[in-house]
Amino acid sequence: MKEEKHLKVSAIKNGTVIDHIPAGSLFKVVEILALNRCKSQLTLGNNLESKRLGTKAIIKVADRFFADDEINRIALVAPQAKFNIIKDYEVMEKRTVELPDTIVGIAKCVNPMCVTNHQPIPTKFNVVSKKDVLLQCCYCDKVTDQERLVIIKNE
Amino acid sequence: MQSLVSITDFSKQDILQALERAAEFEANPNQPLLSGKVVATLFFEPSTRTRLSFETAINRLGGRIIGFSDASSTSISKGETLKDTIMMVANYADLIVMRHPLEGAARYAAEISRVPIINAGDGANQHPTQTLLDLYSIQKTQGTLHGLNIAMVGDLKYGRTVHSLLQAMSLFNTHFNFIAPQELAMPKEYKQLLKSRNIAYEEHSELAEHIGEADIIYMTRVQRERFLDPIEYERVKNVYVLHNKMLQDTKPNVKILHPLPRVNEISADVDDNPKAYYFAQAGNGVFARMAAICKLLSY
Repeated sequence: MKEEKHLKVSAIKNGTVIDHIPAGSLFKVVEILALNRCKSQLTLGNNLESKRLGTKAIIKVADRFFADDEINRIALVAPQAKFNIIKDYEVMEKRTVELPDTIVGIAKCVNPMCVTNHQPIPTKFNVVSKKDVLLQCCYCDKVTDQERLVIIKNE
Repeated sequence: MQSLVSITDFSKQDILQALERAAEFEANPNQPLLSGKVVATLFFEPSTRTRLSFETAINRLGGRIIGFSDASSTSISKGETLKDTIMMVANYADLIVMRHPLEGAARYAAEISRVPIINAGDGANQHPTQTLLDLYSIQKTQGTLHGLNIAMVGDLKYGRTVHSLLQAMSLFNTHFNFIAPQELAMPKEYKQLLKSRNIAYEEHSELAEHIGEADIIYMTRVQRERFLDPIEYERVKNVYVLHNKMLQDTKPNVKILHPLPRVNEISADVDDNPKAYYFAQAGNGVFARMAAICKLLSY
């Protein structure tokens, strides 16, 4: 098993490996973490076999380390993701993602009449269920669920 | 600094205090407590009834009014953002009353404004002074808010007035009767709220049979555009119309409320029945709004 993993996505010397991303969420994670603008070596693997998720995606980014608030931003699309911090080819630390109590400026409000969809106002949600990912808009009170979740593009 | 964006911004104590104050204003309507103060009424969409009610309240309190009744004559039509309008007006006025077509606009304004905001309606979302005047009308006609039986009739799915009234009345051990077509039933989240507060409710689809025990019958409009299936609308449109003869076997103290405007859901023959209260209810709006304004300005 171990050998197979090494073959599929090459190792990095220093940086972060983001593992256990659901296969459908890879590009959303890329978007949220703005990795499309990342200048360092970036390896993406999608539709890889996973015992836990069925299929999964993985991201390896060299020489890049993420702060807690950045890590938690992806909880909306990859709640089971793990951040492995790599130093000199060794995993130094494993960090899990935790959905914060409030989410600012990542997702769109599902309500087409919400003020945040018409005025230059960052969205803000209270997380009313971490398990089912239910976000209640702090302005219009409508609840956005995971199925209707739209991530705001990083400009 | 307190704003009134949703009725839930007021605690049970705040509500009771405001209602007591409203009764004082009704007994003595001209009290120049706002003398020397400026109140802005910003109506980003027109609503003549609500604006006149607020402006009467401010005038009776001796305050001065600035504002607009239609955004088309202002910089908003040039593309000014809501933020800029609020930031500017908050420099001029001691309190802002605003109505806006977008949901959440008042909550956002309250977040950025340095003076209190009263939400006079944000789209289909909240209209807390309507709730305050409903509560005042209920207390005034029944002598209490506690332990009443309230029948809510019509569009219980989209009607913001019934949702806010439910939230407030659930603080007072109310028994609710929801009478609505299936398409317009009370949403799950409000029923869950009642369950969490151990408040009893019943759901029915027949109007005539379920108003006998009511102390308050709260009527709302069933709108054609709420139905996906026009045949379904035709089927139910006359089921939720209140006629005078249906009131024969109701309780002597029952009062009929309606947020107005009414279309045909209360037949005109009800108007002369002493159980009809909807016009007096609208008149109570001025006192309820005077109370809300004074509460936010700590008078």
